Amino acid sequence: MYAAIVSLTLMGLILGYGLAQAARWFKVEGNPLVEEIDAMLPGSQCGQCGFPGCSPAAEAIASGAAPVTLCPPGGKALAEALAAKLGVTADLGDMEDAGPKLAVVLPELCTGCTRCFKVCPTDAIIGAPKQLHLVIKDACTGCGKCVESCPSESVVLRPIEATLKSWYWPKPQMNLVEVV
Amino acid sequence: MKLTLFRGGVHPPGFKEQSASQGIENAPLPARLYVPLQQHLGAPAQAIVRRGQQVLKGELIGRASGPISAAVHAPTSGTVVAIGKHTAPHPSGLPIETVVIEADGNDTWCELHPCDTPFDLDPDAIAAKVGEAGIVGLGGATFPSAVKLKLKNRNPIHTLIINGGECEPYLTCDDRLMREESVAIVEGVRLMLRALEAQRALVVIEDNKPEAFAAMHAAAEAVSEVEVVQVPSLYPMGSEKQMIETVLGQEVPAGGMSSDLGVVVHNVGTAFAVHRAVRFGEPLIERITTVAGSAIVKPRNLRVRLGTPVEALFAYCGGIKGEPARLLMGGPMMGQVLPNMQVPVVKGSSGILALTAQEVNEQSTANCIRCSRCVRACPVGLVPLEMAGRIRVGDFKGAEAWGLRDCLSCASCSYVCPAHIPLVQFFNHAKGELTARAQADHKAKETRRLAEARSERMERIKAEKAAAAAARKAARAKKAAEEESAAPAGDSETSTEQKETSA
Amino acid sequence: MKSPAAPAPVTAPHAHAPGGVGEIMWTVILALVPALLFGIYMFGWPTLWLVLITLAATLVGEAFALRLVGRPVGPTLGDGSALLTGILLAMTLPPWAPWWVGVVGGLFAILVGKHIFGGLGNNLFNPAMLGRVMLLIAFPLQLTTWPDIAPLHSAAAPSLAESLAITFGGAAIDGVTGASPLGHIKTALTQGIGVSSSAPEVYSFIDGLFGSLRGSLGETSALLVLLGGLWLLYKKVITWEIPVSMLLAVALPATLLHLVDAERYAGPLFHLTTGALMLGAFFIATDMVTSPSSRLGQIVFGAGCGLLVFIIRTWGGFPEGVAFAVLLMNAATPVIDHYTRPRIYGRDRQGKPLNYDSEKEGRS
Ligand code: SF4
Ligand code: SF4
Repeated sequence: MYAAIVSLTLMGLILGYGLAQAARWFKVEGNPLVEEIDAMLPGSQCGQCGFPGCSPAAEAIASGAAPVTLCPPGGKALAEALAAKLGVTADLGDMEDAGPKLAVVLPELCTGCTRCFKVCPTDAIIGAPKQLHLVIKDACTGCGKCVESCPSESVVLRPIEATLKSWYWPKPQMNLVEVV
Repeated sequence: MKLTLFRGGVHPPGFKEQSASQGIENAPLPARLYVPLQQHLGAPAQAIVRRGQQVLKGELIGRASGPISAAVHAPTSGTVVAIGKHTAPHPSGLPIETVVIEADGNDTWCELHPCDTPFDLDPDAIAAKVGEAGIVGLGGATFPSAVKLKLKNRNPIHTLIINGGECEPYLTCDDRLMREESVAIVEGVRLMLRALEAQRALVVIEDNKPEAFAAMHAAAEAVSEVEVVQVPSLYPMGSEKQMIETVLGQEVPAGGMSSDLGVVVHNVGTAFAVHRAVRFGEPLIERITTVAGSAIVKPRNLRVRLGTPVEALFAYCGGIKGEPARLLMGGPMMGQVLPNMQVPVVKGSSGILALTAQEVNEQSTANCIRCSRCVRACPVGLVPLEMAGRIRVGDFKGAEAWGLRDCLSCASCSYVCPAHIPLVQFFNHAKGELTARAQADHKAKETRRLAEARSERMERIKAEKAAAAAARKAARAKKAAEEESAAPAGDSETSTEQKETSA
Repeated sequence: MKSPAAPAPVTAPHAHAPGGVGEIMWTVILALVPALLFGIYMFGWPTLWLVLITLAATLVGEAFALRLVGRPVGPTLGDGSALLTGILLAMTLPPWAPWWVGVVGGLFAILVGKHIFGGLGNNLFNPAMLGRVMLLIAFPLQLTTWPDIAPLHSAAAPSLAESLAITFGGAAIDGVTGASPLGHIKTALTQGIGVSSSAPEVYSFIDGLFGSLRGSLGETSALLVLLGGLWLLYKKVITWEIPVSMLLAVALPATLLHLVDAERYAGPLFHLTTGALMLGAFFIATDMVTSPSSRLGQIVFGAGCGLLVFIIRTWGGFPEGVAFAVLLMNAATPVIDHYTRPRIYGRDRQGKPLNYDSEKEGRS
């Protein structure tokens, strides 16, 4: 009886001490996770997530303060990758699809002021002073910075049109109670 | 010939008797034709006509754009009244670019370039003529045929398989074509052999079409390089990979193409179209379409101008009895629901079906009972229940690990499932989702690259400005010091302001 | 001509094979009915009560569980799966077991065996077998009391009143019970009596085939169960892999060991016609939900079940092992499924694309 109590107590003490030492030894300096996450984000510093740029957003994600679904330009693919990295489950259900909108310059209003051209984080706008500006669809992330910058309100975000090429079958509705 | 039947497969009732006895008839020419510029896999054709322009029958109205694309021709003579969006014959009901032609009723051909000695043409000239005629796979896959005829440049081709399987229920257009045009088909096959520089052709016909087999056999009797092969009726025999497995006993490596094995597969309808195109110079402006289903009063096989609204075909077949449960383009196993009756017949429309609820036999879904019927039915060797289970909870990667990418979407599994789970829809959804995500991922990477390039440039500009400012300052200091002067070096400010646009 | 209202995009196929889940379940039930009725006839009224009570318990359990998760009760009850569980459970119980055995077993099978996992299709273990094993462990006495054969018309048969006393009153039935053949030879062996002398006391092949042996309902007539199973094969409701591999995996080692030492080991015919082996091979191990999905997997599964049955019968502590064997293999099903995926077209067994070059060489 006493032998058992004593031996268990001893074991507990020894193991506990071992763990404490291990914690000290293997302590990680800084947080490499933040850097890794930062590397995964688009890096366009568009601010759509509500953070001043991609690095602060990465910190928030790493600390769990922000959801992995926060980055609209990254879309579902990014959210999934982040969720896998952090080992959390992401609810992709209510997430809008990647890049749901694209900027369009309205030719009749554009004055060629080049402001949008200067703010675009991905150089998706081409133009020159006093010339009609144009958005390169493939490079636009729909971040909306150009919209804010335009003095004549001639840049708008438009939802990307569904085409036969981009359309695919929706998930089937099973009229069953989902089993979790 | 020794056959090695593929595993799995299903035997849906054929219903071929509805239309198999109906000889091919000409469908009436409608007042307006709606000709989509995309009736094939690949890039859409580029319209080369304007509104109000007069066109002749067979005139090019859409030019192929890019390596995988197909030309589109005017199906009759008349006036182009519109070029714009019209609902596509596709379940999404999305509009596509369509040329609308008002027929003038004269049906006047444009100038054609027939060729009386087609076998003297060199192989590439045959492929070129096929390409000019806008011919695509008429079995329903609509892959541009000329591209497939040029595959010999990638890898030598020894065998051409002509797909006369027609394993989809209801459809009899290939059956009728083989019965009525066997000689022309054989000539088309020989032209394709020449184009491919292949040694032999196998015309593969399911054993539920004995008349077609007899006709083709007779027509190919004297042609040593064309052999007609009868195979058991089993869905999906008409699938390229399964047909190759059956007649050659070989499997196309995953991710590869049949040409990796030295084999190319074309449909019988395509062979016929090749014959018309090369010998008579006729572009592809019509096709044989089966109009059937129990909701059709008089099922028929029709020679239809591309662009004819399906409504007109129904009218010609005596109309529709009652409320059809499903309007389809293609067969019931892989065909697609039509959004309405105004959509046009296109190059891939092997059948237009109006099915009753009884024929469709759709029932509400239940839980998967793991009965493994889907596993036994799958011709590829997949485990549909595992894939669907993963997709259902959003685990697309998991489904991929179970072989999702190898799925043909042949629907054999859904057909047999006693729980009536829409398995193929799960698979189609997941494939689309995966593709969309891959694209999004690609775009994100591009974005990152662009953003980095920009910030780098911004840094550089800043540095240059700072350097210029420093230089000026130094120059000024120097000037002040020496009291007399040399002009400062060039003004770098304006040049750095300009942005190099990579586009 | 009116277009049908803009259809929601429904996907192919636009044709479906006839039949559904309900049809499968009811066909299996139908295949069991002859053996069930025959068993009731052989053991008289108490058996009928027990069967009815067990069925009622499973149905009530199912309805309760469905109500709890808010699923429609009617259609799901109608698919017959709960009824089938009830029948299978009843057929593996001692025919004169008291009423509460049926109630506890039936409720346990449905609620714990099936609905805790999420209902039909999600259960890892065969519910009926889970119910039976729980009963065997909790109430070993009641679960091993085998009455003598007493066909309804015979003099030994209990009257209606007596039967009610047996089922509901807990009347002692000691005078008319004994061991099942499997139990008998096992006990005899421990007393040093060889199979050749102990088996004939309780068993003959004809009795085993036609069902005048002690045991549960499903253990009596191997022939009727076999016929029901063959009918299911013919109807393509089950496939041959599991029954054949399971029966072979019992018969082969039995034959071998019997040839080695006929005194210690009973022969294959004895094994095949006694106990719940036939029922297990055709109706229990073939339960779709809890067996592997590939052909190879099913063969492995059936062989595993058969071997375990043989091992438990021969060397284990219990005279019969079908329930344990099936449950153990149920637990292995996900693993079997994982390792026995069919080869995918155009790929080798490891999932790598076939090699073009070797393919080309093979072509010539
Ligand atoms: S056929 Fe249907 S019920 Fe059967 S295992 Fe496949 S998905 Fe499940
Ligand atoms: S649709 Fe895919 S999974 Fe289903 S049977 Fe066809 S190939 Fe197999």
